[in-house]
Amino acid sequence: MELVIFLAMAVLAVSSGIAVFVVDSMARATFALAVSFIAVGVELILLDMGYLGIITILMMVMEMAIMVVFMIMLMMNPGGLMPMSMFHNTRGSWLISLGTFAVLATGSLLIPWPVREGEPPADLTRALGEAIMGSKMLVMIAVSAVLFATMVSALVLSTSRGRYDS
Amino acid sequence: MSVTVWPVWGVLPVALAVLAFAVTAAILDSAAAPSGSRRLAATVFETARLLRQPRRSTPAPDALLWRIGTAGPLMVALLMAVVVPFGNGVLSNLNVGIVWFNAMDVLLWALWWLAGWGPNSMVALVGAYRFLAQALAYELPLMFALTAPAVAAASLDVTDVVAAQHHQWFIVQMPVATLVFLGSVVAYSVWGPMSHPVAADLAGGMLAEPTGIDRLVALAGRYALLAVGAAMAVALFLGGGSGPWFPAWAWSAFKTLLILAILVGVRRRVPVIRAEKFMTVAWTVVLPLILLQVLVVAILAARDASGVM
Amino acid sequence: MTLQLFLLLASALFSVGLFGALSQQSIVMVMMGLELMVNAAIVAAAAFWAFVSPSQPDGQVLVLVVITAMTVEMAMGFAVAIAIFRASDVDMTDLAAELKQ
Repeated sequence: MELVIFLAMAVLAVSSGIAVFVVDSMARATFALAVSFIAVGVELILLDMGYLGIITILMMVMEMAIMVVFMIMLMMNPGGLMPMSMFHNTRGSWLISLGTFAVLATGSLLIPWPVREGEPPADLTRALGEAIMGSKMLVMIAVSAVLFATMVSALVLSTSRGRYDS
Repeated sequence: MSVTVWPVWGVLPVALAVLAFAVTAAILDSAAAPSGSRRLAATVFETARLLRQPRRSTPAPDALLWRIGTAGPLMVALLMAVVVPFGNGVLSNLNVGIVWFNAMDVLLWALWWLAGWGPNSMVALVGAYRFLAQALAYELPLMFALTAPAVAAASLDVTDVVAAQHHQWFIVQMPVATLVFLGSVVAYSVWGPMSHPVAADLAGGMLAEPTGIDRLVALAGRYALLAVGAAMAVALFLGGGSGPWFPAWAWSAFKTLLILAILVGVRRRVPVIRAEKFMTVAWTVVLPLILLQVLVVAILAARDASGVM
Repeated sequence: MTLQLFLLLASALFSVGLFGALSQQSIVMVMMGLELMVNAAIVAAAAFWAFVSPSQPDGQVLVLVVITAMTVEMAMGFAVAIAIFRASDVDMTDLAAELKQ
């Protein structure tokens, strides 16, 4: 049963990922990407990582809603009313991406991965919380500094006054 | 007070209960209208009118995205209701129920935008953008307002939050969080003071173009969101089904109806707040206040925990 | 539901994202490709945590940090796209070389 859901979600994730670059309408492309992320979130829930799966769905849908505003603003054909193709170097990209898939897939099937050691803790969310607040606190502090720098630089880059002080 | 988890087929009665509360909200809303005939029966007549209305369309709409956008809010309300305890029972005591509720209300960002994009109409799209501006404003305070009862109950499970209030309702120690939560319910339902995306100066915004069954589902979705939001506020801040003499489900129903009446009534009392003005207030005033609230709650929880030990 | 299946899914998502990142002309579409690649990284990190070392929380923290990195990348990417657009009224990667100065 879990395997059926996993395969369904996997097919959904990859096909909606492909749909992102195939559909004409920019709104549909963005929400195809959102569907791909929701499928990945369900996969995480299948791995018993309930908190992270739901967080993935939450954050990605929010980001796609913001991204669609930028897509409509910057793209030429937001409604998909005219078919158009905005590719360059299509054949080269095909070759590189198929080659990458071949290498990665062979690697993931042939490499002898280490055997599972240990059992997952009883309450995954609590374990994650204790890790973030305890042993990984320094990582979180660094991440917060990065986020703050991102906020400042994004505002400076996008404010209408420009990034030069004149 | 132990919580019973209802079986899977309990989805159907829960959905009917959500619809019943939504209809009650609609009746309360029309009863609060200024004087006119047929105030209480307006819900029935409007439903009948919309069911009979032929579906009008706009030139070159994105039909798939439009239907998803108009039917979405009702689906979100039903999904939210999965984790909301009522009386002594709940459909699913998911151990991250509060995060589930948060994720469902974030889905509304996409769904209200799709309802504005789908009809290929200028007023609807402007309404959708107004909603995104409003959503950016209320979402952070809402997330912190949901964090406060989780910290006080030391659990992300909504049934644990209800159980932790057997001594004292959480509204006493976190009034700011309660107000922010109720304000966010009004905001994500695009209701009353937060109905700038569907305001009259936009000829109805996202609700201007849907007709017939689409319009009925979208309006029902708004009322259902208010109803489930009220039920969640009762579970998070007002002690769920606790109360003397009467059974738990009666207390839950009474408290939910009370909060729902307040939420519905606020539409006629408070003027519409513009989305950009709301953004300023939300980020400069409400966000620091709710952060202070979470700090106070955390200090109280730490003191209780160390007092027990 | 073995580790290999999850890694196959991650490889497929990564390749689709790579195709998009390499072949798209518009900046925001390149970013969509990058998002898909980070999506693949999330799946792979979660699968490795669940199937190789579930007793330690490192894998979960890695997923959290990857999600944060994706958010940062999106914010900066859109800010740069807006800056390019304001500077020269285009949104094509081919014509963005002027930002170098």
